[in-house]
Parts: sequence; C-alpha cells; structure tokens
Amino acid sequence: MTASALPKSVDAMLTLLSSRGYLAERSLATVTYLSLRMGRPLFLEGEAGVGKTEIAKVLAAGLGRKLIRLQCYEGLDVASAVYEWNSAAQMIAIRLAEAAGDTDREQLSGDIFAERFLIKRPLLQALEPDVAGAPVLLIDELDRADEAFEAYLLEILSDFQITIPEFGTVKAPQAPIVVITSNRTREIHDALKRRCLYHWVDYPSAERELAIVKSRVPGISAKLSEQVVRFVQALRTQDFYKSPGVAETLDWANALQELDARSLTPQVIGDSLGALLKYQDDIARLQGDTLQKVLKEATSES
Amino acid sequence: MAASNHLDTPAGQTADNIIGFARALRAAGIPVGPGAVIDAMTAIQLVDIGHRTDVFTTLEAIFVKRHEHAAIFAQAFDLFFRAAEDWKQMLDSVPLPDQAKKKPPPAARRVQEAFSQGRVTETAPAQAEEARVSVSDQEILQKKDFAQMTAAEVAAVTRAIATMTLPQAELRTRRYRPDAKGLRLDMRRTLRGSLRTGGDIVDIHKLGRIEKPAPIVALLDISGSMSEYTRLFLHFLHAITDARKRVSVFLFGTRLTNVTRSLRARDPDEALARCSALVEDWAGGTRIATSLHVFNKLWGRRVLGQGAIALLISDGLEREADSRLAFEMDRLHRSCRRLIWLNPLLRYGGFEPKAQGIKMMLPHVDEFRPVHNLKSIEGLIEALSMPQPHHGLIRSAA
Repeated sequence: MTASALPKSVDAMLTLLSSRGYLAERSLATVTYLSLRMGRPLFLEGEAGVGKTEIAKVLAAGLGRKLIRLQCYEGLDVASAVYEWNSAAQMIAIRLAEAAGDTDREQLSGDIFAERFLIKRPLLQALEPDVAGAPVLLIDELDRADEAFEAYLLEILSDFQITIPEFGTVKAPQAPIVVITSNRTREIHDALKRRCLYHWVDYPSAERELAIVKSRVPGISAKLSEQVVRFVQALRTQDFYKSPGVAETLDWANALQELDARSLTPQVIGDSLGALLKYQDDIARLQGDTLQKVLKEATSES
Repeated sequence: MAASNHLDTPAGQTADNIIGFARALRAAGIPVGPGAVIDAMTAIQLVDIGHRTDVFTTLEAIFVKRHEHAAIFAQAFDLFFRAAEDWKQMLDSVPLPDQAKKKPPPAARRVQEAFSQGRVTETAPAQAEEARVSVSDQEILQKKDFAQMTAAEVAAVTRAIATMTLPQAELRTRRYRPDAKGLRLDMRRTLRGSLRTGGDIVDIHKLGRIEKPAPIVALLDISGSMSEYTRLFLHFLHAITDARKRVSVFLFGTRLTNVTRSLRARDPDEALARCSALVEDWAGGTRIATSLHVFNKLWGRRVLGQGAIALLISDGLEREADSRLAFEMDRLHRSCRRLIWLNPLLRYGGFEPKAQGIKMMLPHVDEFRPVHNLKSIEGLIEALSMPQPHHGLIRSAA
C-alpha cells in the first residue's frame, strides 16, 4: 500500500536521502531512520539554514508520501491548525431545514455537525488515510507558536488522534511521519521533546558542504566552489552574530554564478556579500583586515 | 508507541549496559526517565550494534533533549563504552547500584562536587535569628539601604520580598478566549447555542484577546562591588520566578551563568543554594561587555522573544569600558521590548554617571532606576506591572 517501502537500514536511509539531492551526515540519517522505524516524531533543532525543513520535503518525495506543512506563528490556534466548522454553510443548512419544515432538533444538530461542514486544517489532514501511505507532517518553526499550542500537540504526537467535541475522536489508521523543527528562539517544553527523537543539526563539514554546493549549483567550476566553501567555513570560525548557514552558501554560490565570477576577489565579495551575511554589524566587521585574512585562507591552496 | 510494541526488549548484557549508562547520565546531570530507557532498548535493536557511531547517535537522540547536554553525553559515552569491541569489559564498567555513588564518570564529578560545595558555602541570612518586625520597624526597613543592614534586618527584608506579589495583566497576545466584552464573534459557540432553540440565533458569543504578563529576563551582576546586594536581588528574582511563568535569570561576573532552572525550586534557600553551586565567579571581577556578548550570542534570541522585558542589575563599574560595551548594550537594547537598568549606586542623591562604563551604557537603556532599599523594589514591581511603551528613556529620581 505504500508507494515505496521504508528503508531497512541506516545505509538505505542515506541512499534514499542522497538520491534526492540531500547529502546528510550519517548521524542525521540514523535518527531519521530510527524515527521511521519507531514511529516517533523527529525533533530537529539547529541554526537557521542548515537544512532542517528540507529533510521533511526530501523524505516525502523519497518515500512518495504527501507532504503536509504547518508553518507556526504567534497566535496559531486550533481553528487554523487543526479544524474549523464552516459556519456559513451550517447556517444555510439550518435555513434550508427550516424551510423544509424540519423541526427535529436532535436530527438537525447531527446534520449540522457532520464531516462535510468540517474544514480540515493541516494537523487533521495529516491523520487522514492516504492511498500513498501515511503523509509526512512538517511542523515548521514550532518555537514561533505560543506555549499553549505545544500543549495541544501533546495529544496528537503521542496518540495520533484529535478529539472534536461535537463530532468525536479522529484517529489516524497509520501514524504520520512527523518532523518538527525549531530555531530555538525560545525553549520548547521538555514534555514535548520527551515524545520525540531529538537531533541537533550542525553546520556540515567542508567536504560535505563542497559536495552539497556541487550538487545544488549546476555548472559551478571546481575552483570557485572550493573557494566558496573554504571562505564560508573560515567565516564560521569568526565570531559573527549570525554565521552563514548552508542555505546562505548556496545562495551566495548562485549569486557568484550570476555575476560570472571565476574566482573570489575582494571586489566580487563586496558586491555579493548580502547573500551571505544578513546583519549590518557583521558586514561592517568583514571589511578591511578580516576580509583579507579570510580571503587569503580561502584562496591560498588553490 | 504502539508502533514499537512488536519489538521485544533486549535481554542480558545490552539491557544491563543501557540501564547502567542511563544511570551514569543521570549522575552527570542529564535528566533521563525510565521511558527513555525503554525507548533506548527498542531503538538499539534497530541499528547495527557493532557500528559505534550509529549506537552513539541512537542513544544521543533518545537521551539528549537539549543541545547543552550534548557535550556531557559525548564525554559520558566515551567513558562508558570505552572498549566497544570488548563487551565483557564493558559489562565490568557498569556501575551497579551500590557502586553507583562511588564511581560516577568524571564528567559527572564536576557537577556533583559543585552541588555538595554549594550547601557548605551557604551562609548568613538563612540562619539569622528570627526577628519579629513591628509596623514601625517595617517603615525603617523600607528606606534603609541594603548595604547597611544587619543580618537580622536582611532576614526581615527577605521575608518581606517573599510576600511581594506581582500584579498580573500585561501584553495582549494573539490568542483568543470567550469574553463577553470581546470584539470578535465566536461563530462556533454562537451556532451551537442557537441549535438549542432550533436554529434561531439568540445569544451572540464573543471572543477577546488573552492577556499575559510579559516574559522577564534578568541579568544580575555578582561581582565584588555588588556583593552586598546580590543575595537580596536573588531573593527578589526568586519571588518573581515563583509568581510568573516566564522568567529567565542569568548571573554574570567574569562569565555568564544561566540559573533559571535552579531558581525554580520552591524553597528560596534551596533555590539560592543551587544557584551558588552553579556559579564559579562569586564576588570576583566584572566583565560586563564579555558577559553581554555571550548573552547576546547564545541566549538573546532564545529568551528575548515574545516581547520580553530585560532587567539589567549592575553598578556599571566596568574596568575595560570601550566601544564593545556600547555595542553589546545597543544589541541587547534592540533585541528586547524594554531594557530597564537597576543600579544601586543611584541611591546617592547627586549621583552623576561619571564612570566610563556607565556613560557607555546609559544611552542604550529605556529606564534607569535605583534599587537599594525595599521601597525601590516596590517601585520596580509597580513599574513592571504597568502597561508600558515600547522604548523611550524614563529616568527615575533616587
């Protein structure tokens, strides 16, 4: 019934991810594999731009499952995350019943709170059976939602069911694959983390980052990609307020491609730095000596 | 959990090892519950046990729930599973119940030593004799400087602080709850109510916004020049931690320590003892710029969200005051809703911000208040519970 079977080992997981262009560290593949086998949500934390969201997308594509995404924000509530009653349609139904002279109240209330008046939001959708197998549910940037919402997630994540007072309990026939990400703009409560497999996604090693750049930026020369990666890796050792993530590296490599750069020069770096550093203080710090030093490190051996 | 039921739990050595390892982690200060141990046993069967890094990642994903614990875990793992190829030797290294206390891995020693020390170095006010305070005493206490109090007076003030309550109500959140005076229509309840009468809408139900106290982040200077005050401020911070859910407390002298979790202990003396066990630089020098830098980089984005109010409690006497201090203050100021600087030096009527550090910091605060006696703490509480503008300098008189 599944479009493609779950990987049978950590190596199979690695192959699955890299076949979709996601070059993961072995540790991340291990945790993902465990989360599939144990039916536990995967909780990913890490700096922005290290590929936390991407893994859910790749997983859905690789397994041939539907991807359901819930982007969290402040004020996210049940009506926009789980379900909502379609009040307009309900009112029309009431008027129609009245016009037809239907006055049985029990009957009416049963008709009104039926599934066809239920507007399903991402979390409820994720519990529905799907021909391709249970969907991948991505709960993105959970730290942006209020604490109260976390408590609501507890029931869903441990029993994969949702209780709707007027309607009853909806239970998933097959548990969805859940990926939760957080940028740590606040701490997520331990009760929620306890139900998940936790993994800290770190910046990739130089070698892996080079492979990522080569696979994601088509047509980039070996020389330039190597310099780009070395430059970014050197930047991360500097004490910046926000170090560039992999997403920034890719953006920057693309920007350099567009500028027809053959190799890194202070001029071309200055023109495209906005793709890499996003804080004015950090950009200001990189002028002058620091830039020379980092650039020298990046271009020395090539 | 249902999905993992078909897997049997492992028996014998592997199980013993996992239990022993969990116990070692607990000793090293990582909270590991029995649920996690069961998970670990299920998980360990899914990976190749001969593959050391896979076993490491597997156990890490289950036992570590905060990034800060990752380093302790790695150390503990190395020590515990030193001879990964030799299972027999591994089994020997399992701390059995009676040995557990004698042989925790060195990673834990630091934590444990620190804990036991904390209770010994515990001093003064807690043991001070019980002094009943009459009404007139109370009045004198209100205005007396903390620095000039006797041990008994300190004890009295501590009790007074403990009884202070923070009035609630503050920031409006974006969440809604039933509210008769609310502005939003609650269609769901209205419809459900109307069904009782067969479809006529009778009652309009409404929703209003939920109001919540703003989170507070306190940065308390514990350097030598502040030593007469730190203890009382800790009591104060403990009192507000108790009353509000979202309070984070950091101590700094030459380094920054997060004591939020320690302050959650119900009993103030226990909470303070736990704090002092964590901190390594009591009454030492001050490096405000460095400490603020660490805070901004590691914690700022994590605790200052949701419109937090930052309380900086310091005398601002910084040796190496330079542009870095101004820079870090500016960053702190821009990342919080409101920055309030509490300075005990402000008690002197003619206090002029002459010290270099104070001059650097002053332009970046929204509010500059004295905190040197009970009265000023009460003033602060009032200030905290008032609906407040976003930024803008208020300088209160001494």
